[in-house]
Amino acid sequence: MKYIDEFRDPALARNVIAQIQHDAAARGGARPIRLMEFCGGHTHAISRFGLRELLAPAIELRSGPGCPVCVTASADLDRAIALADAPGVILATFGDMVRVPGSAGTLYDARGRGADVRIVYSPLDALEIARRNPQRPVVFLGVGFETTAPGIAAALLQAEAEALPNFSVLSLHKLTPPAMRAILDAGEVALDGIIGPGHVSAVSGSAAWDFLPREYAIPCAVAGFEPLDILSAIGALVQAVVEGKPAVINTYARGVRPEGNRVAQQLLAQVFAVGPADWRGFGAIPASGLALCETFAHRNAALRFPVAVTPAREPPGCRCGDVLRGVIAPPECALFRRVCSPRNPTGPCMVSAEGACAAYFQFERLDVETFERSNVSTGA
Amino acid sequence: MCLAIPTQIVAIDEQHTATVTLGGVERRISLVMTPEAQVGDYVLVHTGYAIAVLDPDEAQASLEAFAALAAIQEELDQPADEIY
Repeated sequence: MKYIDEFRDPALARNVIAQIQHDAAARGGARPIRLMEFCGGHTHAISRFGLRELLAPAIELRSGPGCPVCVTASADLDRAIALADAPGVILATFGDMVRVPGSAGTLYDARGRGADVRIVYSPLDALEIARRNPQRPVVFLGVGFETTAPGIAAALLQAEAEALPNFSVLSLHKLTPPAMRAILDAGEVALDGIIGPGHVSAVSGSAAWDFLPREYAIPCAVAGFEPLDILSAIGALVQAVVEGKPAVINTYARGVRPEGNRVAQQLLAQVFAVGPADWRGFGAIPASGLALCETFAHRNAALRFPVAVTPAREPPGCRCGDVLRGVIAPPECALFRRVCSPRNPTGPCMVSAEGACAAYFQFERLDVETFERSNVSTGA
Repeated sequence: MCLAIPTQIVAIDEQHTATVTLGGVERRISLVMTPEAQVGDYVLVHTGYAIAVLDPDEAQASLEAFAALAAIQEELDQPADEIY
């Protein structure tokens, strides 16, 4: 068992697809069963393995807001870039962040004019940079959901334990359930089921999604990231829709427990305080952000390095916000492929490997006309 | 960003740091979130931390469910094959 190839067996996948189509046909209905894959990792896998095309037209898969880089608000990004420009500062962050355009350029551009911006794989690497540069402030730009934030918390506690005074964190961490609620409350897109984020749920537990069937009467299947994982989640959702029995179904039981990872949850509770956060495409969502709690104010880069920024500007014509709320699919944006591409991205959804626009650009064969036609016929 | 890779623990040192092989490269990862992890276990690695120990029994159960579905499908396909 290597936990990868076994879950990519094409023959088994064909069986699951046949079953899904059989079940979906039994339901009938005027429009396809529309499911949202919350997580950008799922979007990427769905596009890469061609699942969207294999399941159409009975099933429509709509991408959601589960790309932390993409949902980072322009104003927050501008603040991070201004911080990187501050004299002496070393700003460390994950690779995807450096190419995301803010109101005026990217972190990469900041590096071009002399800012010390470093790409790290882990917050522990940023800690090592702080150890090696004791005379310089090292700021870790923390972006990510429940999956990522505990690692930043652990790194911060490590800095405390080592009494490393020059390490601080600019926390743009966000929680996923409030964004899911925001989409359902807004009612801009009719959804029949949610493919729940597998690695977020490894931390927060599959029970974190219990509110979906309870309050919104919508099923949620927590899924892994291999094709068979995603297909079995879709199969479970279609069954729940057909039977009219919404529930949370954990189809990723090898990695996700109902209660999640208690140690990781403890780290979050110890280091962060829940508060409002700005999401691209949504605006402020209450109780959706993780700011450093007051105990660690001395490690809060937002307090240590106050920077002045002008009001943020969104890239003209970019519909990342609509893509992130699941209101449109990427090819429905006028800039998609024509102006905006991974080489020359207008918005963050084309930059990040998890961004829906990048996934569609790289892997999807369905052309714009097909999407427009399917939307006319489904009345989306 | 929420990408996490299943990988096997090769060794664990006294600081509870594990050695794993990721894409052919040896890396050290923190087991602070998975204190129960043992050498030989597969863990989900995310940004330098193991966030979950994979459960081989659950994985096997999923694969068996797929195999059972395949068997049912085969049975359903049988009469159609005979017609053609």
